Amino acid sequence: MTRTLVVVGHGMVGHRLIETLRSRDESGSWHVVVLGEEAHPAYDRVGLSSYLDGKTAADLSLVSQEFHTDPRVELRLNTGAAAIDRRNRTVTTTDGAVLGYDALVLATGSRPFVPPVPGHDLPGCHVYRTLDDLDVIREQATPDRPGVVVGGGLLGLEAANALHTLGMTTHVVEMAPRLMPLQVDEGGGHVLNRLIGDLGLHVHPGAATETIHADREGRVDAVTLSDGTRLDTDMVVFSAGVRPRDELADAAGLERGQRGGFLVDDRCRTGDAAIWAVGECAAVEGRCYGLVAPGYSMAETVCEQLLDLGDARFPGADMSTKLKLLGVDVASFGDAHAATDGALEVVYANNAAGTYAKLVLSDDARVLLGGVLVGDAGAYATLRPLVNRELPSSPEQLLLPAGGGVSTGALPDDAVVCSCNNVSKADITGVIDAQQAADVAGLKTCTKAGTSCGSCVPMLENLLTERGVSVSKALCEHFTQSRAELFEVIKATGITSFSELVTRYGSGRGCDLCKPVVASILASLGSPHILDDEQAGLQDTNDRFLANMQRNGTYSVVPRVPAGEITPEKLIVLGQVARRYGLYTKITGGQRVDLFGARVEQLPEIWRELVEAGFESGHAYGKALRTVKSCVGTDWCRYGVQDSVTMAIRLELRYRGLRAPHKIKAGVSGCARECAEARSKDFGVIATEQGWNLYVGGNGGFNPRHAELLAADLDEERLMVLIDRFLMFYVRTADRLQRTSAWIESLEGGLQHLRSVVVEDSLGIAADLESAMDEHTRDYTDEWSGVLNDPEKLSRFVSFVNAPETPDPTIRFTEQRGQIRPAPVELPVPTVRTDQEVSA
Amino acid sequence: MKWHRVCTAAALPPEYGVAALLGEDGAAVFRTAGDGLFAVGNVDPFSGAGVISRGIVGDRDGEPTVSSPMHKHVFSLRTGTCLDEPSVALPTYPVRYRGGDVEVGLT
Ligand code: SRM
Ligand SMILES: Cc1cc2nc3c(=O)[nH]c(=O)nc-3n(C[C@H](O)[C@H](O)[C@H](O)COP(=O)(O)OP(=O)(O)OC[C@H]3O[C@@H](n4cnc5c(N)ncnc54)[C@H](O)[C@@H]3O)c2cc1C
Ligand code: SF4
Ligand code: FES
Repeated sequence: MTRTLVVVGHGMVGHRLIETLRSRDESGSWHVVVLGEEAHPAYDRVGLSSYLDGKTAADLSLVSQEFHTDPRVELRLNTGAAAIDRRNRTVTTTDGAVLGYDALVLATGSRPFVPPVPGHDLPGCHVYRTLDDLDVIREQATPDRPGVVVGGGLLGLEAANALHTLGMTTHVVEMAPRLMPLQVDEGGGHVLNRLIGDLGLHVHPGAATETIHADREGRVDAVTLSDGTRLDTDMVVFSAGVRPRDELADAAGLERGQRGGFLVDDRCRTGDAAIWAVGECAAVEGRCYGLVAPGYSMAETVCEQLLDLGDARFPGADMSTKLKLLGVDVASFGDAHAATDGALEVVYANNAAGTYAKLVLSDDARVLLGGVLVGDAGAYATLRPLVNRELPSSPEQLLLPAGGGVSTGALPDDAVVCSCNNVSKADITGVIDAQQAADVAGLKTCTKAGTSCGSCVPMLENLLTERGVSVSKALCEHFTQSRAELFEVIKATGITSFSELVTRYGSGRGCDLCKPVVASILASLGSPHILDDEQAGLQDTNDRFLANMQRNGTYSVVPRVPAGEITPEKLIVLGQVARRYGLYTKITGGQRVDLFGARVEQLPEIWRELVEAGFESGHAYGKALRTVKSCVGTDWCRYGVQDSVTMAIRLELRYRGLRAPHKIKAGVSGCARECAEARSKDFGVIATEQGWNLYVGGNGGFNPRHAELLAADLDEERLMVLIDRFLMFYVRTADRLQRTSAWIESLEGGLQHLRSVVVEDSLGIAADLESAMDEHTRDYTDEWSGVLNDPEKLSRFVSFVNAPETPDPTIRFTEQRGQIRPAPVELPVPTVRTDQEVSA
Repeated sequence: MKWHRVCTAAALPPEYGVAALLGEDGAAVFRTAGDGLFAVGNVDPFSGAGVISRGIVGDRDGEPTVSSPMHKHVFSLRTGTCLDEPSVALPTYPVRYRGGDVEVGLT
């Protein structure tokens, strides 16, 4: 018989509960009705701030397609629960519907606490909890105008970061003498205050907000603090803590915890055996938890009870946190405040570097109780699982950067490696040993470890290595180095040939993995022509013949058509060439024309005609810039706000021929309607009224991903400078065949880190990257012209060396829709021979 | 067996291959770094296309190899065997330097 479960609240925890229940309820014993007060289905509230930083509501959604089509789940959005009738087991919704339930789970989360200071409800005062809140904040934020955040805790700093991202002059008011008082101790707080101050935020510690003043129209225009300071401001964002949303409790006769929240036992059950509470609204044995991980454990506990799978109890929670705001690392874990009797504190502060680390140890200095890290939280991933365990090495050792300090081997099996998803070391090694996963991506799928905050990923890598699964960066059997390392070697030594490189830094003779990589690096570092001397033999066949090989051994011809703009004369030339050589002709997805079916000996003649008509190589064959797709822009389009075509042509001509770890595609749209699909490209440029927004890391193909905003409202020169840096940084540091999207994901610190390097020049390499790009642009020559003028290179374009005029007899065509197509092949019977036969 | 001239030795640089019109479908002739010479069939048995000579020359555990440019199957230059799928092999031919030329023998 099917029973009905009503879930009140479709937030992070409510959704996790339903997802887990549906994945385990094989017999379909529960029908689920979920009431969500918000307009959006469950989304990643932890990642909420990224909504102001390029992510869309769709990116943040936690809901899969299957969820929407699941016949056993009914999701009612914009609908709140207004009352619970426990006797009749019904819930009345805000739109008056009455729903019967067999089990009821309350997952209503929290509301932001707004201190009742005068003026707290004026227009211009906001909270920071939902997508809707952020929409309003974004709409009302004016760059360079002041904004005040009330509260300097974890959430307050997120809100401050948001106002800063929106370009506002940001003030943070915190009652305690330091930022993040709950997580960070006094010493760490000082370092943090300074680091945040250095970034241009104004921190007001030790001050309370007294009054919020209105201007004549009744909108916020200033705030006075308890120390008498008056701050002019356009906006106030309250982020001074949260309160559980337990307003359904009283009328329903459900008990509340002392500090609010639905009071539940360690099975998350209220006094009514048919009603549970999970997530931030639950006071488990009187205590509320404001993080998502404990909420997930509660959801797990309740699922097991609903499905009669066991009698799991909420195991308590790890309140460790790590965050990276404006590029500043902060982490706190375990007993960060040394509240345990006799606890010892060991502090390492480096004022010059702006780092602070404190470890809290047991009275005999043998057991790690907790700690605080500010400025550099690299050791967090290894330290957190060691809490309440004997120290495997000296405290100094432990604070070395991630992985350097502790080996994961020293961790006991039951240590929790991923605290967000409560995954133990044994869970992970079990999956590795059963060969269900051989890389981090596999571990994420099998165990969920690493899928939330990501701070445990270095540990996952260590565990893989320790279990003998190599996550080696070695390029192939001939080089132990990664592509990025080889790039550095070649750059530093000035080596110009593969043979010298493999002799000095590798072993053996090379293969189809390392040779093209080295060829690409040599090309990026400015070697003359990719077919010069020894280089030719390093290239994949596509690069060797400057054309893409097709299934029957013929090649395609793709001339560059910058931004897709082409004169009728040039179009006619393409048509004439295609007709003369009988080539199959197709418009590509990249706004240009592809001519297919050319035999290798025809390529030079075809290209001679094209080059004479003013065409050049389109690099369709290379790991290089492909196309910069463009919409039509202001010249013609009624909506355009900038000249996208001119911009796209400029970009395509600047970066053409740039050799990279993988192909690079770009797009330019003349307004936010985005007809050029720029956000699906490695870099995308979208016009705004003020200039251009630059997006990076988009991808179509196998793993589609939208590009994310790197910088906004740029003028033309600044835009080019940022793209120069972005591309050169990618060329130098990415792995073989790693598109920009995967590369950004692999960077520690992701987009934030990329932004600090590219926009803020945190590594001090911007000038070097720019001049490398200038050099590339200056030295660019068309590769096809280079071949046509060189008899030796030309001599390689033959099907047979001993019969240069003879076409390859294995190439045959049939006809379809008036054009050629490769004839179906009969595969030759494979020859099998033994070694003896060969040597005989 | 009859020897057929393919090209001058100078036209075949080290770690490189050329195709020769010999027999029905052609042979792929390679010169490796130590001036070793190898000749195998030019038709990739997995696709039926005459492209083996355009593959990248290298070694796997010391065994001289060529990787087919079509779908990257790696073949031993010595035995013609596909190292990724040992039930498949390319034919192999005798090959030699002769008076500044490279020659392939056919029976
Ligand atoms: C011709 C074209 C299809 C068409 O008829 O429209 C095409 C054809 C090929 N694509 Fe593509 N892709 C073409 C647009 C695209 C697009 C759309 C676009 O660029 O706007 C995509 C998705 C966008 C993207 O790249 O993010 C696309 C994603 C791929 C991928 C998957 C890349 C990925 O990151 O997952 C591959 C495989 C690869 O590169 O490893 C690929 C590889 C190929 C290859 C090179 C396969 C091969 O090795 O033979 C095809 C041969 C092209 C040739 O012989 O000229 N093609 N390919 C398009 C040429 C555009 C151009 O003018 O240069
Ligand atoms: C900016 C920000 C950053 C954060 N960062 C982190 C972090 O780094 N790490 C971390 O662990 N946690 C973080 N959190 C906290 C985390 O988001 C919460 O712990 C988590 O969302 C709690 O999930 P929940 O389901 O209990 O509540 P919520 O996700 O808030 O969901 C509750 C839902 O119930 C709805 N609701 C309430 N009452 C009713 C009703 N009567 N009827 C119908 N629906 C109702 C609400 O509208 C809401 O949609 C952050 C929170 C914010 C706002
Ligand atoms: S989608 Fe596949 S088949 Fe089509 S062009 Fe791209 S690679 Fe070739
Ligand atoms: S600890 Fe956050 S994802 Fe693993």
